Amino acid sequence: MSLITPEFGLLFWQTLIFLLLLLLLAKFAWKPILGSLKEREDSIDQALKMAEQAKLEMQSLKAGNEKLLTDARHERDQMLKEGQAMAAQFVEQAKTSASEEAARITQQAREAIQQEKNQALAEVKNTAAQLSLDIAERILRRELADPTAQQQLVDVYLKDVKLN
Amino acid sequence: MKRLLTLFLCLCTFAGFAAEPTETGEKGKAFNPGEVILHHVADSHEWHWFSTDNSNFVTYLPVFAYEPGRGLSSFSSEKLAEGKTYGNFKLEHEKLVTLDGGKVYDFSITKNVAALAMSSLLLVFIFASVAKSYNRRVGQAPSGLQSLLEPFVVFIRDEVGKKSIGPKYERYMPYLLTVFFFIWFNNLLGLTPGAANLSGNIAVTMALALITLLITLFSANKNYWGHIFAPPGVPWPLYIIMVPVELVGVLVKPFSLMIRLFANITAGHIIILSFISLIFIFRSSATGFIAVPFGLFISMLELLVAVLQAYIFTLLTAMYIGSAVEEHHHDEAHSPDNDFGTAEQRGGGSNLAHLTRPDVAAH
Repeated sequence: MSLITPEFGLLFWQTLIFLLLLLLLAKFAWKPILGSLKEREDSIDQALKMAEQAKLEMQSLKAGNEKLLTDARHERDQMLKEGQAMAAQFVEQAKTSASEEAARITQQAREAIQQEKNQALAEVKNTAAQLSLDIAERILRRELADPTAQQQLVDVYLKDVKLN
Repeated sequence: MKRLLTLFLCLCTFAGFAAEPTETGEKGKAFNPGEVILHHVADSHEWHWFSTDNSNFVTYLPVFAYEPGRGLSSFSSEKLAEGKTYGNFKLEHEKLVTLDGGKVYDFSITKNVAALAMSSLLLVFIFASVAKSYNRRVGQAPSGLQSLLEPFVVFIRDEVGKKSIGPKYERYMPYLLTVFFFIWFNNLLGLTPGAANLSGNIAVTMALALITLLITLFSANKNYWGHIFAPPGVPWPLYIIMVPVELVGVLVKPFSLMIRLFANITAGHIIILSFISLIFIFRSSATGFIAVPFGLFISMLELLVAVLQAYIFTLLTAMYIGSAVEEHHHDEAHSPDNDFGTAEQRGGGSNLAHLTRPDVAAH
């Protein structure tokens, strides 16, 4: 039957044309197409890998930031504490120094007063002595006309002086 | 190329309105569906487009006949039409014979050869333009024809090539892709009214199967031949039986490829033509109410079969090549980790083939 007997001519043409088609398509179609597909898949692969990497980097960056932030916070707390301590210290120091100053001034004042007082007393004493001398002189001038009286008076004075 | 085309066109003579009796419309002679159907599915020396009551629309194709000792002669097949003789030649049931009984090799551009050339040009044109759009649209999403055909290319590469052949798939991709698209396109073109039944011609499927066989044999490694001439785990006296069986198996594989494609496509055409013939057998247009829906249904089925058969041919080809290039087939004991990790994938591939085979057989 002609249907199932292969014709020699068609077999020949089919082999020839098919091989030619294979060559042409392989060179002008399959090579660029498969090449482009591979290229595209590689680039997609690479992009995915890069995205993954970027994600990891982002995460590590975020972790770094977090650490930096906590560190900063910690430092700030430290600084605040230190500042507070220092301020307290300052206040304390100021207080002590102020009280010391006050004490010193008081002391000085007291000393000055004492001095003034002493001076004043000495002056009073001198004035009193001068006055007494003047009085005594006058009295003496009047009284010591008599030598016994003089002696008597000297004795009395001497007694007084000793009592002083 | 251009000169060849000119020569071809010169040798083609288109004869419209040739007032000749038509095959189906002839009164008095009984309608013979078998003859009509076989005429439609078989190859011929002229391209018969369609007939009206009193005219045939026919393109007469060039005949190239080579007679050993006499040389090549070429002429239009119009000279041989309707049983005419030309020189030493005449056509007997579409077969070129010599009047003096001498041997002749028929290299004519028959209807199938013309269809083959045109479909091949179409394939080159389509895929060259697709390739061009890949080059033009680097780094962009595919578009148009490119995005239509890309899934098929990727499917053949990933599901057929990679899974059935394994790590060495790349060198076989051009053949697998070409054979897939060649068969698919020609199956579809064969369904077009007026077109040639190219992929349902046994010479065509034979050429494809022979190329598959040759590729398999030339890429076969030590393992493959070892399994044929010294099947592992078989006591040597059994070699007397096993070796011939294995050798027959080598030939049966491409033979089954040849028969499967031929039978599936031709059978589809015969079924459709049978439904249409019903109308002429009963000589009643009312039959069309049954014949046309059934014919339409089979045509739709044939669209599926067109891609299915192309896929099966490609898949089986890939599996035969895969078995020829596979390393360490059964004796995994002495190097278990040298299997490229594709054994499981390949297992998946053959499962798929087992799934499709009964379907093929049933068709």
